Amino acid sequence: MADEPLLECRGVSKAFGAVQALYRVDFEVRAGEVMALVGDNGAGTSTLIKGIAGIYSFDDGEVLVDGRVVHIHSPREAAGLGIEVVYQDLALADNLDVVANMFLGREKTRFGLVLDESTMEGATRETLDGLSVSTLQSVRQRVTGLSGGQRQAVAVAKSVMWNSRVLILDEPTAALGVAQTRQVLDLVRRLAERNLGVVIISHNLHDVFEVADRITVLRLGQRVDVFERSRTTQQEVVHAIAAGTLDRVPGMQPAAEVGGSE
Amino acid sequence: MTTGQDTPSAVEPDGETGESLPPRPAVSEVARVTSTSDYLGLWLQRVRAGDLGSLPIIVGLLVIVLVFGTLDDTFLTERNFTNLLLQMAPYAAISIGVVFVLLLGEIDLSVAYVSAVGGVSMTLLLRPDNPGWPWWLAILVALVITTAIGLLQGLVVTKAGVPSFVVTLAGLLVWNGVVLILMTRYSSSGTIRIQDPTVRGIANNFLSDVWGWVVGGAVVVAYGLTQVRTSASRRARGLDAKPLVVIAAQVLGLAAVTAAGVWYANKDRGVPVSSLILLLLLVFWSFVAARLRFGRHVYAVGGNAEAARRAGINVDRIRIMVFMISGFMAGLGGVMFASRLRSVATGTGGGNLLLLVIAAAVIGGTSLFGGTGRVVSALLGTLVIASIANGMGLLNLEQGVQFVITGLVLLAAVLVDAVSKHRRAARGLT
Repeated sequence: MADEPLLECRGVSKAFGAVQALYRVDFEVRAGEVMALVGDNGAGTSTLIKGIAGIYSFDDGEVLVDGRVVHIHSPREAAGLGIEVVYQDLALADNLDVVANMFLGREKTRFGLVLDESTMEGATRETLDGLSVSTLQSVRQRVTGLSGGQRQAVAVAKSVMWNSRVLILDEPTAALGVAQTRQVLDLVRRLAERNLGVVIISHNLHDVFEVADRITVLRLGQRVDVFERSRTTQQEVVHAIAAGTLDRVPGMQPAAEVGGSE
Repeated sequence: MTTGQDTPSAVEPDGETGESLPPRPAVSEVARVTSTSDYLGLWLQRVRAGDLGSLPIIVGLLVIVLVFGTLDDTFLTERNFTNLLLQMAPYAAISIGVVFVLLLGEIDLSVAYVSAVGGVSMTLLLRPDNPGWPWWLAILVALVITTAIGLLQGLVVTKAGVPSFVVTLAGLLVWNGVVLILMTRYSSSGTIRIQDPTVRGIANNFLSDVWGWVVGGAVVVAYGLTQVRTSASRRARGLDAKPLVVIAAQVLGLAAVTAAGVWYANKDRGVPVSSLILLLLLVFWSFVAARLRFGRHVYAVGGNAEAARRAGINVDRIRIMVFMISGFMAGLGGVMFASRLRSVATGTGGGNLLLLVIAAAVIGGTSLFGGTGRVVSALLGTLVIASIANGMGLLNLEQGVQFVITGLVLLAAVLVDAVSKHRRAARGLT
């Protein structure tokens, strides 16, 4: 595990009108690590992710990839930097098969027009095999017929296939049963073993403790703590989520404005 | 759980629930299907699970043949067979465009009158000495006009965000009006005849016996070669490929059907030129839908427009192009109609044309909700509708009864689709 963060946010802030969604948040993920991002509803986890993914830009602070400051203005630019997000709705076309979904919008073609099905099918198999995603009947199966866990796996494989280095998973286990959750968590671990930086957003602390190396806790738009999984307990994290110390109490203005963060 | 062996039992639909996960094999268990018996087994399994493909249509056609064949002596004659081929071509052409629109989950209610605009424009441009354009230029301009109509409607749908149902409903009225205006302006009798022999020939001429056989042979050979080549190249890459025995059986089946068709048509006047045109259109548009990046994007937009957008597909561009295809094919159908009747009239594009071409696409298996269907469904659906219409015409059934029966057939087709979809969902297949 490298010490240099693969992706780092330094003091990022974001306000929507009068609501301060993020306030001077620091966040990082290293290569080969699973970083969990947890927080109660409205803590700012999705705002942080969307900012990193380029859906909107932060008001303040900077984002660094490999220690270099980057400016991400669109999901496409994020993808260009190797940052992929798998959203909760997965964005798969149910009527298409697994191969078609994996290559959607980036199809391999001959003469720039005709689909090169065998190349795409081969690459799909390779990627899925590499992630040990089993239980698929066939890569030519339509996505409609897949279980929640399989869909998640396909969505993840789709992001991984394009040489992404940071993979952000938004509530990957929210809608899954026990066995399927197990499957997805295994997959998350394997991604980290392949030296990707994995960020996982989850409300389920059980899952988080199962898979994460470190845990970043947000509360009311601020980062209240970062825990090493091995040196903390669920109680400690729950306490941080619910009552972690804030640098700045929302609604109470300036006094502590200067020198608030570490 | 088996570990990726070639047994059909590896293809159980319920792959997840019963399995214990921890000891994970390094290689994926994605099932491989390589032998003939596997292939047939898989096919049977799919059929049983409700993935019927074109099976209901083929059964339906057999029923139609049996019913009308017994009720009417002339239905199965070679003369009526070629008549049927002549009758169906324009409908099928328009229906191909409708399939594309339905794949998007959109609808085009204007196709019938757009086809009339195509037919009328061509006819007006052909009028001797005024302007007396050559046939190819008249047809070309007519097609450009109808494609432009598609472009216009597509632009309104995408850029203004008006539902296609409303846009093309307005189109239905507008283009009906345009046809009436043109016809009253340029004709006192309400009919304009077409003199040009080439245009008249499009939907009325026949291939010679020899050419009929040449075309039929070419179809079979081309189909066989593509299948073998695909299979070989997939095998070379270590992917599942259709076994050669299955390909041979399919090619033989196609050869038998084609030979029977050509032989029967040749006993009468021969294979219609319009059937050849239809065949070329079918091959071309099937290729576009199934093999081109564009076609893949059409399916993606129809299945999940948001996913397509996030994948970087220009959704608006795909929508607009599909409405242009619809306009183009409607125009072509209009040209074929005009050619077949050797004239256009104030009533061109009216009647139940619109309903029949949409019904044909749906009967053929294209979903109204987008994302599923094939181009060939336009042909199969039209074949069903045209043979029912043809048979009922021979039986001299009154118009009302004909409508009722056609409606019931449409309903039956949709029901078969709905039921099979339920079964597929229940089995986790599709």
